[in-house]
Amino acid sequence: MIELRINGQLRSVDVPANVPLLWVLRDVLGLTGTKFGCGIAQCGACTVHLNGNAVRSCVLPIGSIGNRAITTIEGVGATPAGASVQKAWLDAEVVQCGYCQSGQIMSASALLATTPHPTDSDIDAAMAGNICRCGTYVRIRAAIKNAAQIRAARAKDAGGATDA
Amino acid sequence: MPERPTPRPPTTRRIPISRRDFLKVGAAAGGGLFLEFAVPSAAAAKVGVASDVAFSPNAFIRIDRRGGVTLTMPQVEMGQGVYTSIAMILAEELDVRLESVTLEAAPPNDALYSNPVLGFQVTGGSTSIRAFWMPLRRAGASARTMLIGAAAAGWNVSPASCGATDGEVVHSASGRRLPYGSLVDRAAQRKPPESPTLKTPKEFRLIGTTAHRLDTPDKVTGKALFGIDALPPDVKFATLMASPVLGGKVIRVDDVAARAIPGVRQIVVLDDLVAVVADHTWAAKQGLDALNIAWDDGPNAHVTTEVIFDQLKSASERAGVVAKSVGDVAKELGGAERVEATYHVPFLAHAPMEPMNCTVHVRADGCEIWVGNQVVTRAQAVAAKITGFPKDKVIVHNHLIGGGFGRRLEVDGIAKSVRIAQKVDGPVKVIWTREEDIQKALYRPFYFDRLEASLSDAKITAWKHRVAGSSILARWAPPAFVNGLDSDAVEGAVNFPYEVPNFHVEYVRQEPSGIQTCFWRGVGPTHNIFVVESFIDELAHKAGKDAVSFRRNQLGRAPRLLACLDLVASKAGWGEALPKRVGRGVAVQDVFGSYLATVAEAEVDEHGEVTVKRFVCAVDCGIVVNPDTVVAQIEGGIIFGLTAALHSEITLAKGRVQQSNFNNYRMMRINEAPKIEVHLIQSDEAPGGIGEPGTVAAAPALANALFAATGVRLRKLPIDRQALAAGKAA
Repeated sequence: MIELRINGQLRSVDVPANVPLLWVLRDVLGLTGTKFGCGIAQCGACTVHLNGNAVRSCVLPIGSIGNRAITTIEGVGATPAGASVQKAWLDAEVVQCGYCQSGQIMSASALLATTPHPTDSDIDAAMAGNICRCGTYVRIRAAIKNAAQIRAARAKDAGGATDA
Repeated sequence: MPERPTPRPPTTRRIPISRRDFLKVGAAAGGGLFLEFAVPSAAAAKVGVASDVAFSPNAFIRIDRRGGVTLTMPQVEMGQGVYTSIAMILAEELDVRLESVTLEAAPPNDALYSNPVLGFQVTGGSTSIRAFWMPLRRAGASARTMLIGAAAAGWNVSPASCGATDGEVVHSASGRRLPYGSLVDRAAQRKPPESPTLKTPKEFRLIGTTAHRLDTPDKVTGKALFGIDALPPDVKFATLMASPVLGGKVIRVDDVAARAIPGVRQIVVLDDLVAVVADHTWAAKQGLDALNIAWDDGPNAHVTTEVIFDQLKSASERAGVVAKSVGDVAKELGGAERVEATYHVPFLAHAPMEPMNCTVHVRADGCEIWVGNQVVTRAQAVAAKITGFPKDKVIVHNHLIGGGFGRRLEVDGIAKSVRIAQKVDGPVKVIWTREEDIQKALYRPFYFDRLEASLSDAKITAWKHRVAGSSILARWAPPAFVNGLDSDAVEGAVNFPYEVPNFHVEYVRQEPSGIQTCFWRGVGPTHNIFVVESFIDELAHKAGKDAVSFRRNQLGRAPRLLACLDLVASKAGWGEALPKRVGRGVAVQDVFGSYLATVAEAEVDEHGEVTVKRFVCAVDCGIVVNPDTVVAQIEGGIIFGLTAALHSEITLAKGRVQQSNFNNYRMMRINEAPKIEVHLIQSDEAPGGIGEPGTVAAAPALANALFAATGVRLRKLPIDRQALAAGKAA
């Protein structure tokens, strides 16, 4: 049995240590918000957070995770960065088919948590690993900038809290 | 498991009316007002089916006693925003709040839910809004009239003295109001109006305003369920390897190593594919990789792209079926100064972000399928054929689609999955690896085009265009393939917007060896508008004219297109100076009932690398239902078209597709995406399609910009960076 900390909960799974986290989330635990797109870390659809950093779960063996905290799209709304990104995504009507957007939101949330006011090149660097076939890139860029403002305003309201 | 319901239209007590009427009205089971309406079939008329047939409704509206409105309709939401736009049209004429309208996906049933433009249950061809626009408005207005009539009768006042707003009938003189929910049962007893009064565009309060998409909130929290997310109880997971060469067969399989992998449960060997069934997808993939499969590659073992290119090139030298002919092209081309060119475009995969997948449970007495597909009745029919069950024993749970782009207009994946599931005890989810998704697919056809034109006084005097390529319609909708002409293959070539006295378009059908073709976003026009607008640019250059003014001078018959061209030229700063190695290109199009003019701005470095800097697009798509959705579709369509123009090409060697995943079948990424500006032109004309025009616009505008930047004319796609590097900077 391997224990994983997912969205604040401890989960035990009976699968070999070499199985990538993506398939444990989707097929074993039924957390289907994290998507399969390529299997070789080329498209970003499977992005989750490990201790707040964006990682590609399709190439991440569960045996390598240890007790680091896993956050998925189902749990990212509980973080200030994740909540502001989700709101900005709705405000800007980023989404079309929606399949890649879990991964886009996870990458964008990780970016905002470390870079509260990202420049265009910060956005390119953080988001170029996430493919969107519907072509929502123009709105993703705008929404990340809006999310930064939403988050800054909320942090101010909350008395200057700066946690991720 | 969380599962989407498969709604069925409620049973009704119908009031008999004349068969020529467009609407049936009755009381809904369980109370409420029920309307059935028919959407006339343009496709049926096109292929010669009599239009004067008995009334056969294909969409249903129910208004319940709480005032809730439910529309059952066949269109699938695949990111194009159709669930929101269609709800807006109904809410507009019915005078209810948008939030009170719920859309239900229809179960498979061609007789009930045929797409009126295409003739069967399908979402595609940028047809949804065009098809439902008038019928839905008339149905909504009829219901509103009957609800007002019911209230007025109760108050003993004239219906003309009453109005409706936000789901209530209001008698303004007395201030009395009644909610629709309290009127539905009485309204159901009334006769529907013979010709309901529709709102004028000035009276619209929803149509033309930006509404937030109804399907989006679940897509930002991971709750939205796509086909690949189906998890029926006790489901197993499988992945497959089909013959790497089309038509190849399995000779034998050594599965000893695969069976030793933890989690692997079963190896399914069929004549043309092998699948591994396991406890989770990873074990299935490991198992598949561990198999040693001997294949007989069959008759296509030696097919290469070069073989197919030669087939098409020689086909293009034959006379074809005439698609349109005006004047005397041969005579005019024989006399005047003539310009000639050949163009070609490659096979393309769709590569939707959600790879092909299908979950199937074959039981002793029937079959259940979980999938996201654009043609649910075909999904049901193919499963019925394979299993031998009657159609009503095949239940299809249709899901959100993680990208369609034409790929999910096919049921090949469903057929393979059902065949695998027949060998498996219990439900099995079959997932294509990305490699399998790209390599064992159907593709946008390779087309080869031959063009000739003559000029006089900077005007085109003759235009001849011959298209050679595969016919998708002949396979996909045989009745639409008439007299050897594939109307899709020449769409965008025959509807030529420029004034020209001698005009001739031909089509030569040439099926490629070893590869199957299917629709791809933008369909025929994606190829034809690239060819036509590039060649128009060549003619402008030959005539020594500016690319915009050359077009302007010959668009007198197309005032809506001309208005787009003028607007885009002004918004894009056409004619203003640009830095060295940067060029602007223009393209216009009249396809899918929408008019577009597009200006691209792109830079080419000394290595031929291209930076697409800016796209400006002027759009007249008639009355705009949800403006933000139109803008989003144009933005996304341009990115989709640019991806193909810059990067995409499927090639074959030894009968095998050589591209496999996003490392060698590249997608445009955010750092490459240009700024995109979309300008909508106000119009009172009927709505046009908008899902595909942006994709169509991308390649020709880009190629013309690259010509302006380098003097290199690109007559094939994807763009040739070596050729660009050899060009001289403009």
